[in-house]
Amino acid sequence: MSTSPAMQFLAQGAQMFLVLLIAPLTVGVVRRVKARLMRRQGTPLLQGYRDLAKLLRKESVVAENASWLFRAAPSLIFALTWVAAALVPSFASGLMFNWAADVVALVALLGAARMLLALAGMDVGTGFGGIGSSREMMIATLAEPAMMLIVLTLAIAAGTTRLSGVADFFIAEPLAVRVSLALSLVALVIVALAENARIPVDNPVTHLELTMVHEAMILEYSGRHLALVEAASYLKLVLYLSLLICLFAPFGMAPAAAGIGGWIVGLLAWTAKLLAGAALLGVWEVSIAKMRVFRLPDFLGIAFIFGFLAILMAFLTRGAVQ
Amino acid sequence: MIRGYEISHLLAGVMLVTSFALLYQERIAAVLKTFAAQSVALALAVAWAAYTQDRSELFITALIALCLKGIVIPVALYRMVVRLGIHREVEKVVGVGIALMVGLALTGLAQALLLKVVQGTAGHAREDLALALAIVLLGFLMMILRRNAVTQVVGFMSMENGLILAATGARGMPLVVEVSVAFSVLIALFVFAVFVFRIRERFDTIDIEALDRMRGDAR
Amino acid sequence: MHTYQIVVLVPYVAALVLVAIPGYRVGAIVNVLASAVTFAAGLWLIDGGRTVGPYAIVDEFNIVFIVINTLVGFTTSIFSASYIGHEIKTGRLSPGFVRFYHAMFQAMMGSMNVALVANNIGLIWVGLELATLITVVMVGLYRTPQAIEAAWKYFILASVGISLAFFGTILIYLAGQPALGEGVPAMTWSLLQGVAAKMDPAILDLAFIFLLIGYGTKIGLAPLHAWLPDAHAEGPTPISAVLSGLLLNVALYALLRFKMLIAGQPAALNPGPVMIVMGLVSLIFAAFMLYQRRDIKRLFAYSSIEHMGLMVFAFGMGGPLANFAGLLHMAMHSLTKSGIFFSVGHIAQAKGTQRIAEITGLSDTHPRLAIAFALAVLAISGMPPFGVFTSEFLILTTTFAREPWLALLPAFGLLVGFGALLMRLQGTILGVPTGPTHRVDASFVPIVLHLALVLAAGVFLPAMLVAWFQRAAELLG
Repeated sequence: MSTSPAMQFLAQGAQMFLVLLIAPLTVGVVRRVKARLMRRQGTPLLQGYRDLAKLLRKESVVAENASWLFRAAPSLIFALTWVAAALVPSFASGLMFNWAADVVALVALLGAARMLLALAGMDVGTGFGGIGSSREMMIATLAEPAMMLIVLTLAIAAGTTRLSGVADFFIAEPLAVRVSLALSLVALVIVALAENARIPVDNPVTHLELTMVHEAMILEYSGRHLALVEAASYLKLVLYLSLLICLFAPFGMAPAAAGIGGWIVGLLAWTAKLLAGAALLGVWEVSIAKMRVFRLPDFLGIAFIFGFLAILMAFLTRGAVQ
Repeated sequence: MIRGYEISHLLAGVMLVTSFALLYQERIAAVLKTFAAQSVALALAVAWAAYTQDRSELFITALIALCLKGIVIPVALYRMVVRLGIHREVEKVVGVGIALMVGLALTGLAQALLLKVVQGTAGHAREDLALALAIVLLGFLMMILRRNAVTQVVGFMSMENGLILAATGARGMPLVVEVSVAFSVLIALFVFAVFVFRIRERFDTIDIEALDRMRGDAR
Repeated sequence: MHTYQIVVLVPYVAALVLVAIPGYRVGAIVNVLASAVTFAAGLWLIDGGRTVGPYAIVDEFNIVFIVINTLVGFTTSIFSASYIGHEIKTGRLSPGFVRFYHAMFQAMMGSMNVALVANNIGLIWVGLELATLITVVMVGLYRTPQAIEAAWKYFILASVGISLAFFGTILIYLAGQPALGEGVPAMTWSLLQGVAAKMDPAILDLAFIFLLIGYGTKIGLAPLHAWLPDAHAEGPTPISAVLSGLLLNVALYALLRFKMLIAGQPAALNPGPVMIVMGLVSLIFAAFMLYQRRDIKRLFAYSSIEHMGLMVFAFGMGGPLANFAGLLHMAMHSLTKSGIFFSVGHIAQAKGTQRIAEITGLSDTHPRLAIAFALAVLAISGMPPFGVFTSEFLILTTTFAREPWLALLPAFGLLVGFGALLMRLQGTILGVPTGPTHRVDASFVPIVLHLALVLAAGVFLPAMLVAWFQRAAELLG
């Protein structure tokens, strides 16, 4: 059963709104799991939606010396992240924009968003914004090379950097015990933790001056600006979770030609995996302590090492198969 | 379908990762644990080779690796370290970052050296050999970068782990060699133990730096 | 039973017997007797049959090494008897340690002989490593901080050498495997040499590099030599003599065996230039280092590095004449250098120190020792009419004939080393004696024997000896 272009268009559109819709819930799950493990009641699962709605209604206070960049950045960051999140195959591969769902493109989109955020953080000229931006850039310089190595490893293994192609490859060969893949999984998890400002790299709930990174950059934002920035960070979490799912646990994902039935199965599987991933993240964050900022290079260095080893192993394995 | 060489690659890969972990660890207790993990991975790799190559005598090597290097030696060294009160000591020549970078370069070198070798009838020995060489070089690096006698011992044994992996990766290599490797490890340990205790006796420290003052020419 | 089995077995049996003997005098006698039997068996090999088995090989090439090995082992055991007697008298060693020392001495000789007769590349490795590990223990025998540091450094560097050489051995096995099949044949040197042309040159290249670094550490080639001066200076002097005179040779022997193997595959890298460069670096580096030494045993340890460098250079040049000269130099160096250590051992005992500055005016206090020492030093620095001059002359002239410019470098290195040794010799022999002196019952037999042999070789090389060395040199290719 093949699908018409119209259906594909619809499915792609559905995915765009799906990620947006599920993002606050995902964050809600993480917070809830953490709270429960700490024996707290915790916020309701839907608190993320309420927060965003409240922020959108509020007036946005902008510093007097803020430039146009400060005002434009939230919308741009949100747009870039949203596009990136929508590109990652979630419930089905072979959707309409799959030709664009390239890992390299993904890295570039996120990199652009990150740069805007860092610039916006420094725009007003407060001390915290500057600290946050500089730390964010430090993390980025360490995480992005690792990310590129992971991308290359996957490209070597699957023969393509298109995400849906990679996903198709791993659906077709589910039991491939590849050292390189195991290594790149670890590396990708570390990168994902760093990119999403999660423990042990950053703590998303704290506003302690000396430790915060992401929160420091967005300290000056309020109202709808803050809502957009927050939504972008929610989306980013969904993006990385679905990237991990798509690459390392693609089972259940509907192939390109599957119809509505296959899509529904894929959707259920993806939602379950996403929420399970969020729960795991909650458990992880509770069970580990935040690192000192000076130790971050070591931690992200692990990701780089693993990424590098993964690519070496990928070369070797390819030699063995040929 | 899981192929046999994928398992051996996986285990060799785990060993390589633990080699990097050895470079990364700062506390002696953690170093010993990591070394034990590496030895267990080695035991599994050797056992797997014994199974796939149908050479039951290799199981002995696997058993030696598991019992001696996976359990007895780490425990014994740990006890000694605790008794000497140095189990939290940090002693390095260079920082972790540089050590890891050099380690990566050595791993790349090992691969590059063996990629030149033509794939012969030796099966997948080339890949295992490349990994084993990387482990040997990393053990060597650890011996250079650590100032402490116990960590140097661990570096040496991690080097031996790489050698045993290489020896089992070479199909049909006679048992003589495996036994000799095990034997040399025993002797080496004996020698090391003697030294560690003697050094303790003399200086109340096992920091090699303290020995550098003793150079005959520097008087 | 073939004679080579005696050469290997006697030392091990003697080691077991020596463990059981408590008295050091009896132990010393048994030690000398066992070494004498081994030496006799080694001599017997020259005329005896050649054999190539799965585990052992006896050809013209290794007989040269075996004879030198057993001879110096024999004379060292004589020297060691008087040396150890003095050490016990002064209380530096306890009788228990001497018992251990004697057993280890024989075990070490046995292990070296194993490495020399082995036809299995794994067995060569095992023999050499056993001998090395035993010397590590022996170097630490005095248990002074310096001795422990020396032994530790030796052990660390030796273990690196052990590992790299073993990796090279595995690679050779892998290279031979396609042609010879799995198992023992692919580790048998003589079979491997037969199929060398069929081996993968890339693996051979890699293997040779590992073997060169691995065994080169044991030969003491710069920059892998750091263990050598410490090990020589801090251990008992008989061990210094055996280290310089024999263990370095055995390591060189192993390297040469692999060089012969790799030369059989024309597509592989040519070992010659690599060895020439490493040899020259060691030679010139060690020659300059001689000037800064303050410890007399260290001085001659660096001189050993210098001469090993010259040998590696000669074997790297290759060809019948250079190989002949290299072998001759090896023999002369073994005899002279162990002779020097014999006299240095007694000198250090007489003066109670190894510091060159405190050893003066020996010709006044110990005239016979002074003469022996002076003659030995003159011999090692390449003065005619001693044999070392002959071999150095041969090496330089063959190099001049083939690569005139290249010959300047070893000539320069030798001259630099010559100056340093002569300068030190003058200070120790002449001048006014200072500091305390002790009476020593020096055993002159081994020193005189070595010097006589070296002198004889310098004055007149018997045609039989020349023919024998030439056959060995031809095998080297």
